Amino acid sequence: MTLDLSTPEFLIERNRDRCIDCKVCVNQCANEAHTYDEEEGKVVSDDTKCVNCHRCVALCPTKALSVRKYPLEFRSHGTWNAHYINSIYKQAATGGILLTGMGTDKNYPIYWDHLLLNASQVTNPSIDPLREPMELKTFLGRKPDAVKIENGRLAEKLPPQLELEVPIMFSAMSFGSISLNAHKSLARAAQEMGTFWNTGEGGLHRDLFPYGKNTIVQVASGRFGVHTDYLNSGAAIEIKIGQGAKPGIGGHLPGEKVGREVSLTRMIPQGSDAISPAPHHDIYSIEDLRQLIYSLKEASNYEKPISVKIAAVHNVAAIASGIARAGADIIAIDGFRGGTGATPLRTRDTVGIPIELALAAVDSRLREEGIRNQVSLVIGGSVRNSADIVKAIAIGADAVYIGTSALIALGCHMCQRCYTGKCNWGIATQNPNLVKRLNPDIGAQRAANLVKAWSHEIKELLGGMGINALESLRGNRLMLRGVGISEKELEILGVMHAGE
Amino acid sequence: MNRVFPRIPSGCAISGIMNKKGKRISGVDIMKSIALMHDRSNGLGGGFAAYGIYPDYQDHYALHVFYDSLANRVTAEEFINEHFNVDASEMIHTRKVKSITNPPLIWRYFVQPKKNKLLSSELTEAEYVVQCIMKINSCYEGAYIFSSGKNMGAFKGVGYPEDIGEFYRLDEYKGYIWTAHGRFPTNTPGWWGGAHPFTLLDWSIVHNGEISSYGANARFLEMFGYKCTLQTDTEAITYIFDYLMRKTGLSLELAVATVAAPLWKEIDRMDDDRKELIKTLRTVYSSLLINGPFSIILGTRNGIVALNDRIKLRNMVAATKGDFLYIASEESGIREICPNPEKVWVPKGGEPVIGLLEGVKSI
Repeated sequence: MTLDLSTPEFLIERNRDRCIDCKVCVNQCANEAHTYDEEEGKVVSDDTKCVNCHRCVALCPTKALSVRKYPLEFRSHGTWNAHYINSIYKQAATGGILLTGMGTDKNYPIYWDHLLLNASQVTNPSIDPLREPMELKTFLGRKPDAVKIENGRLAEKLPPQLELEVPIMFSAMSFGSISLNAHKSLARAAQEMGTFWNTGEGGLHRDLFPYGKNTIVQVASGRFGVHTDYLNSGAAIEIKIGQGAKPGIGGHLPGEKVGREVSLTRMIPQGSDAISPAPHHDIYSIEDLRQLIYSLKEASNYEKPISVKIAAVHNVAAIASGIARAGADIIAIDGFRGGTGATPLRTRDTVGIPIELALAAVDSRLREEGIRNQVSLVIGGSVRNSADIVKAIAIGADAVYIGTSALIALGCHMCQRCYTGKCNWGIATQNPNLVKRLNPDIGAQRAANLVKAWSHEIKELLGGMGINALESLRGNRLMLRGVGISEKELEILGVMHAGE
Repeated sequence: MNRVFPRIPSGCAISGIMNKKGKRISGVDIMKSIALMHDRSNGLGGGFAAYGIYPDYQDHYALHVFYDSLANRVTAEEFINEHFNVDASEMIHTRKVKSITNPPLIWRYFVQPKKNKLLSSELTEAEYVVQCIMKINSCYEGAYIFSSGKNMGAFKGVGYPEDIGEFYRLDEYKGYIWTAHGRFPTNTPGWWGGAHPFTLLDWSIVHNGEISSYGANARFLEMFGYKCTLQTDTEAITYIFDYLMRKTGLSLELAVATVAAPLWKEIDRMDDDRKELIKTLRTVYSSLLINGPFSIILGTRNGIVALNDRIKLRNMVAATKGDFLYIASEESGIREICPNPEKVWVPKGGEPVIGLLEGVKSI
């Protein structure tokens, strides 16, 4: 082995006055950054192994630990910063693709932060959600152009819809990429809050079939865990074409994560790699997508809406229009800041477009073509708070998917090392000792609390705008003003600048 | 389609009178009623709609048009003459009123669609007329058709409503339905077309309020060919009713249940058939829910409908006496012209007051 040129990213500082060498940190760190030196009779740390997940810091009974950025700097250089230098060291040592987890950490523009919301003053009253009704109910699914009524009665039933009490759903994260306890937490939270969670592409564990009414089951290019009972167990079926964090490429769940339960759920041999191809090999064009959409509708007796999830890429508006015409009932768009369990770093950081622009472009295009009312639009990929959701709906979304936010609610500390399978918080791991650290009862409560808190905030913001039903905000871009962005960006977002 | 709609919020006074037997009365009463609520407007817009005023031309569409200049008129008339048979064309008679300055050229045409044009367009007659109006209003500079119904007309401008009524000599017209509007815009539009009522074919609307759902409503309507050129809530509300009732054929009752939809918790308490119907309407036409404060009086040749937003954020009072139905922003606006009504009530939010002509089944 050649000399390893890499230096630690983080510095573990142990206050020896406080440390009682109790070994909690040793037991907690799956990365083995802490060890007990029998000879010295004390706990020692190896900085190079630390991923800064805060597990040891949070659990240290005497608060003896802290972690910070390793205070080692390269001679400053405008082009060659530490990231690029260290990346080359790693690749020169391994000859491999750089992997990472979660959404991009680069400083791309976040348009949510350049949009401001309106409020009523004098000419119309703001509404107090504590005293007046405030409605967030949302229906996802195909809507006809007109309601058919004969003799005062409904002559044609509404196509199948997902009924959401809040416009927030948990996005697709597969069993395999995250733990069963994480799945349980999200499923229970979705049920409690009257919304939906999404299985991701790894099938649905048999213990979770009872949550079917609040489940969106996914069909992805690997078709893992897809069978008739699975398709009929959920409230909707989602075809996953792409993911914001890795548009254009497939997925790879390494064999070591495929234990007994994952193996049973995905219907693949234990210990075998689960490789999702980049494209669906039965979808090489839009008309092929239509066939899959209708195959799934046939398989589910036209009783469930079919969603198609795509990554936000350059031509997203035209693609979305094609998907609507191919028969999808819901279009889910994942922005390029969206998260993932594992992705090639260069893909994550350079492929795709921000969700705000993609959403605005798609909503506008579907309206130009007169078909926006027919499909529902769900967006995800860096929805960080309730105001982001309100802005997304004002631009034109029907609802949002939250992934990273939901995991943070379960305890994720954003160390971006999901792909290692050593998640110390019991989320992105299949190691039974780590998985049990996430108590699904507590996880469910925390995820539900987050949705509850955000829906309270959404109601406050809506009331301030003088709106008492969410549908009156949908696509209502007059409620938005831009700050500090260019004319072109405003044009694409379809909003006026603040002061206009 | 990508453009953003700028708009002008305004507060207002509204008033409406109808005679169920179709007996025609002069515009004096409606002018008195709206004049009493003088303080609810600020001199920047007033107007009236009247039904039954053109009995001699009751089968003709009466186009009332504002022109900025003679040249604008010549250009627009080319289009009108190409698409319609014009049986009468005249400048609308007005009276000099001190406070009314800089009126545009105001013309009136009694027209019928040219048969061959209508046939080759493959549109219904109403849709043909609507499309012609949209064309003029969005593509012909300095020309604006502000009234287009049969045997009815809108009269509006920049000024206090009572002065506008005086200007248009409304005391000389006789109608069985009158509605009026005094406007309190929060900026200075200075444009006559921006005053209310807003009309489309037989529909007329006077409206008080600022709807917070305007952006959502307007963008939905744009998908179905409506061009919200006026940037006013009233225009959007007119198109919503036109879309729901004329284009999709909803009954008045269901159109009201769509724009002032019951709360979900009320829908949950309905019987199963009704629940499914209202839920479907609210789901499919969710973008047509009118949110925020409004009180409106919708007029058609068959009658009037007065409606408040579903949580009653604007005042509106109704009263009856004999064959007359009165609606006004304030009770005083009714008592000014009908001192002793038989019944006076404050309609609940989302519950329409419907006045139909005798013998007519629906609006």
